[in-house]
Amino acid sequence: MKPNFEKGGKYQKFQATFEAFESFLFAPATTNQSGVHIRDGVDLKRVISMVIIALIPAMLFGIWNTGYQHYQALGLEQSFFCNFIYGLKIFVPMAIVSYVVGLTIEFATAQIRGEQVNEGFLATGLLIPLIMPADVPLWMVAIATAFSVIFVKEVFGGTGMNIWNPALVARAFLFFAYPSKMSGDSVWYGVDQAVDGFTGATALSLAGSNIDVATAKYDFMTAFMGYMPGSIGETSALCILIGGLFLLLTGVASWKVMCSVFVGGALTAFLFNQFGPDTNIAHLPWYLHLVYGGFCFGAVFMATDPVTSCRTETGKYIFGLLVGFVAIVVRVLNPGYPEGMMLAILFMNTVAPLIDYFVVDSNISRRKKRALKVAKKD
Amino acid sequence: MSELFSKNNKDAFLLPLGKNNPVTVQVLGICSALAVTAQLKPALVMGLAVTVIVAFANVIISLIRNTIPMRIRIIVQLVVVAALVTIVNQILKAFAYDVSKELSVYVGLIITNCILMGRLEAFAMMNKPWPSFLDGLGNGLGYAKILVIVAFFRELLGSGTLLGYDVLGWAQQFGYQNNGLMLMPAMALIVVACIIWWQRAHDKELQEK
Repeated sequence: MKPNFEKGGKYQKFQATFEAFESFLFAPATTNQSGVHIRDGVDLKRVISMVIIALIPAMLFGIWNTGYQHYQALGLEQSFFCNFIYGLKIFVPMAIVSYVVGLTIEFATAQIRGEQVNEGFLATGLLIPLIMPADVPLWMVAIATAFSVIFVKEVFGGTGMNIWNPALVARAFLFFAYPSKMSGDSVWYGVDQAVDGFTGATALSLAGSNIDVATAKYDFMTAFMGYMPGSIGETSALCILIGGLFLLLTGVASWKVMCSVFVGGALTAFLFNQFGPDTNIAHLPWYLHLVYGGFCFGAVFMATDPVTSCRTETGKYIFGLLVGFVAIVVRVLNPGYPEGMMLAILFMNTVAPLIDYFVVDSNISRRKKRALKVAKKD
Repeated sequence: MSELFSKNNKDAFLLPLGKNNPVTVQVLGICSALAVTAQLKPALVMGLAVTVIVAFANVIISLIRNTIPMRIRIIVQLVVVAALVTIVNQILKAFAYDVSKELSVYVGLIITNCILMGRLEAFAMMNKPWPSFLDGLGNGLGYAKILVIVAFFRELLGSGTLLGYDVLGWAQQFGYQNNGLMLMPAMALIVVACIIWWQRAHDKELQEK
């Protein structure tokens, strides 16, 4: 079968597609021709697989929670399986849509450019449904996925070349294009829609309007475990942190980014608690800020994306701190956007190269100074 | 007669419509292209206004090109353009008040439109009136063309209407929603980018190595 797809073969045009499936199903048989290179076999496929494994706890919990919240809203107690099945019914079509649309575009562009298909989308395709509210229509998922894959990834040159995190852009696209779908939510609350505004930040927007109700209804443990409404995969800080730990242990994500996001967010929220303006959200305790909404998910899975965050080691600290800072500032100071994490990460993605530039630049000038000093002494 | 429509004259008129489009190839006049294209109607009026102004400004400058002192030529050009813009603005206010209100400062800002200054400097200053007129007409229409395309998509997808008439209303019952992002200027930029993308993909001459 293979020769058909090689140069000169019958189906030469579809070489990229064939290659993708072949290397997906079989280990590539290519070996080095020259000397021995001793190195770990870390390649994109393995990194992406790690991310997907890390997402599994949050995904499973999210699926269950979707059903749980649904039946809660209807005032019903259902068995574990009932909840899970309901969640599956919502999550699986979304994931299929996001994968089919995204991979079709990936394969098509790879085909046109004559490049190999990259594994990068496998993680993005799973992230997209995880950061969507449960009741978003499938065609919106499709449009958002197409938009983000074309305009954020392929236009810039494909996997590894993008400036922004594609999954987050898909969400941002929906957020700005269809604000009503992203902020009103009938699935979760049934008739009681008036309670809540924003999808990902249900507890958050509650805190914006009435902080006592919010803190009573979603105390730290509830929010930490994730028994609250929100986008599918983002509610359980515990499951996200399990995934995060896995990412750290396998060295896929940078602990510098991850930790400094939390530190930055906690510090900013703490400062607002002390000196903030006299609004409800400003006085949401800082530890609740970290477990409400998409803060955890963003910090663990989005901010740490090695492509779009900073490359320099010092830059990673600055990047993380600023993500946390901007997220809380948007949450507190802008009532229009109860959730700041998405905007904060996208914004910092934009300036990440700038941070890198200044870090490298200051390093150069510091070493230059030192060299000059040494030269003077001599 | 044949001289009126010689190859050069034809080029002056036709190139800006396609291969040398002021918006998509020279990337001029982008600001107003973002600002007035949320609806089709203001975009049409804006395109028309710019076409008229470029054409006549080109003719006037071309007529007096030999008497303009080189050192103050920009000022002279500005005065001519400003006069034309004021006339157009007054006409709009008199006969199409709604649109004029919608366009607000952007009609006045035609004075600073790079396409105008570019055509006056690059073409009218060294060509006879007739070719200058054609060149102005071509550039204005090239600009209008892009504006109308962008506005078409933005109004259709953003508000579900065309020229104010409901087009996509029937789809609402199937769960269709208008794309609010299309109404934001950022999306105009992306639509313009798509047009540029399409044009470059089709025209090998425009592709950079």
